[in-house]
Amino acid sequence: MGSITLKQVRKAFGEVEVIPGVDLDINDGEFVVFVGPSGCGKSTLLRLIAGLEDVSSGTILIDGQDMTEAAPVKRKLAMVFQSYALYPHMSVRKNIAFPLKMAGMPADEQARRVGHAAGILNLTDYLDRKPGQLSGGQRQRVAIGRAIVREPVAFLFDEPLSNLDAALRVNMRVEISELHKKLATTMIYVTHDQVEAMTMADKIVVLRAGRVEQVGSPLDLYRRPANRFVAGFIGSPNMNFLEGEAAAKLNAHAIGVRPEHFQLSTTDGMLAGTVGVAEHLGSDTFLHVTLDGGTHVVARASGEFPVDHGDRIWLTPAEGRIYRFDQQGLAL
Amino acid sequence: MATKHQKTLARFMVAPSVLLLLGWMIVPLAITLWFSFQSYNLLSPGMERFIGLTNYKYFLSDPAFWQAMANTLMIVGGVLAITVIGGVVLALLLDQPIRGQGIVRILMIAPFFIMPTVSALVWKNMFMNPVNGLFAWLAKAVGAQPIDFLAQYPLMSIILIVAWQWLPFATLILLTALQSLDSEQMEAAEMDGAGAWAKFTHLVLPHLSRAITVVILIETIFLLSVFAEILVTTNGGPGYASTNLTYLVYSQALLQYDVGGASAGGIVAVILANIVAIFLMRMIGKTLE
Ligand SMILES: Nc1ncnc2c1ncn2[C@@H]1O[C@H](COP(=O)(O)OP(=O)(O)OP(=O)(O)O)[C@@H](O)[C@H]1O
Ligand SMILES: [Mg+2]
Repeated sequence: MGSITLKQVRKAFGEVEVIPGVDLDINDGEFVVFVGPSGCGKSTLLRLIAGLEDVSSGTILIDGQDMTEAAPVKRKLAMVFQSYALYPHMSVRKNIAFPLKMAGMPADEQARRVGHAAGILNLTDYLDRKPGQLSGGQRQRVAIGRAIVREPVAFLFDEPLSNLDAALRVNMRVEISELHKKLATTMIYVTHDQVEAMTMADKIVVLRAGRVEQVGSPLDLYRRPANRFVAGFIGSPNMNFLEGEAAAKLNAHAIGVRPEHFQLSTTDGMLAGTVGVAEHLGSDTFLHVTLDGGTHVVARASGEFPVDHGDRIWLTPAEGRIYRFDQQGLAL
Repeated sequence: MATKHQKTLARFMVAPSVLLLLGWMIVPLAITLWFSFQSYNLLSPGMERFIGLTNYKYFLSDPAFWQAMANTLMIVGGVLAITVIGGVVLALLLDQPIRGQGIVRILMIAPFFIMPTVSALVWKNMFMNPVNGLFAWLAKAVGAQPIDFLAQYPLMSIILIVAWQWLPFATLILLTALQSLDSEQMEAAEMDGAGAWAKFTHLVLPHLSRAITVVILIETIFLLSVFAEILVTTNGGPGYASTNLTYLVYSQALLQYDVGGASAGGIVAVILANIVAIFLMRMIGKTLE
């Protein structure tokens, strides 16, 4: 069991209000991702749930019980830190067994659980090494191992992959997703990488300046962003925004079109522009186009698209794929 | 690690200073060694002659020698115990966020800046004096018999004075080590259910082990040769109760004018220091691996 409910949770550090009041429901077994730009309060929110920071006001319910004031260990949550926070002078085995030892579990049960976790995470060969003798990915797995042996009601991850190189990050992303399928335990995952958010989440929580901008499944957010911020944040490359005449024609303050929703033509279309940089990736081509009005947009063509720097190009947004926003940035 | 080429170059570069230091050390050592085989008393000049190991025989069979040896080790051991344990406790306290932290820390370091002779005199005359001292006043205030520390517990008093001087050093080194402890580790331990004591024994103490080793090493070097504190307080007495090796050598040379005997004592002290150094190096090799 691992449902978590936040009710009007507010956090201020002295005068500075970092989280002005968040309501959130997380169901048992869900993989929830907090995304948002740097400094928006993702870590703070996670630490409030973990009990590492005290809330200024509001309530935190875990499995229906009020845990607002409870000590971290009482909440039965496990956290994986960005720096892994392994105990450097203990072997991998002792690191993983540490929470069990603190809980006063008998030695044979400890050994059984450590062996089980090491099996799941491919750590069996490294159990007698010190953390300093492991690679980044292995350390990451030890930190996850230390979290799973406790059989927590939910896992909390704070940007666990940000110290890994790109290839390893993709691997670990898949491994964590598989772990979630295997354990079916609630996981809350903080990242500022929207690709991680889109690929891993059952539910994404987009935060900005401590406020929840939108909550929904990845495709929900992609298809129906509630506002301009979410629209710009989800999707890669970012959504293009056009203001002025083009938007006014559609009765909006601004319109947004994703790069993949432009139809490209070298002869005619709705918007005319000049090709700047063309990024040929083989499977896709990303064109940086400066429209005649001066607006800079990115368009994606699937496959190869034979244009060069300085060529004229015409873009037409696909039918029904234009997002309209009002003066305040809310979707119309 | 450096390449072979870099290593050879490095050896050439440090050679001059190593040679200079070696000469600086070898010459006095050789002269002391030479004197230690001579019958050489300042009261009978011109009578110097080679007498083999006689000086060593007398020095080692002197009952004062074994007591001085024991006192030396007691001072080193006692001061180390007080400063390391006290240093850890104080460092933990000073690491807490408190108002006026900066001032408290500066006050903490102050004893280290006071000359050993001065601090020993302050302790002798203002604290431990059985008539005017603060401790005597406190004892009288509660109706107890004042204790004459330097006469009744001379060695313990000296350990106390020296420990007071070295406590700030230990505290400072341990405090800096403590501040380098990763706070996420402490939070992880908290989530893992470790209480304050478990965090201390499983995280803090192992983290401090290097710093503690450094403190022990540096202090031992200085504590083997404590001298000023003994000279200005007890003069090694009563009897030989607070005489350590350094003080014994001093009294041999400058109170009894026996240069030969004092040199033999000096050589014995050098050997003792080396034995201690070997033990320390072993210990450091283990913790600093
Ligand atoms: N202990 C603290 N005291 C004062 N302000 C803090 C403290 N911790 C965080 N803040 C502030 O709260 C805001 C949110 O910080 P937080 O660490 O939650 O950001 P984040 O979303 O995790 O960012 P990032 O993606 O860079 O990790 C920041 O503006 C930060 O300066
Ligand atoms: Mg963060």
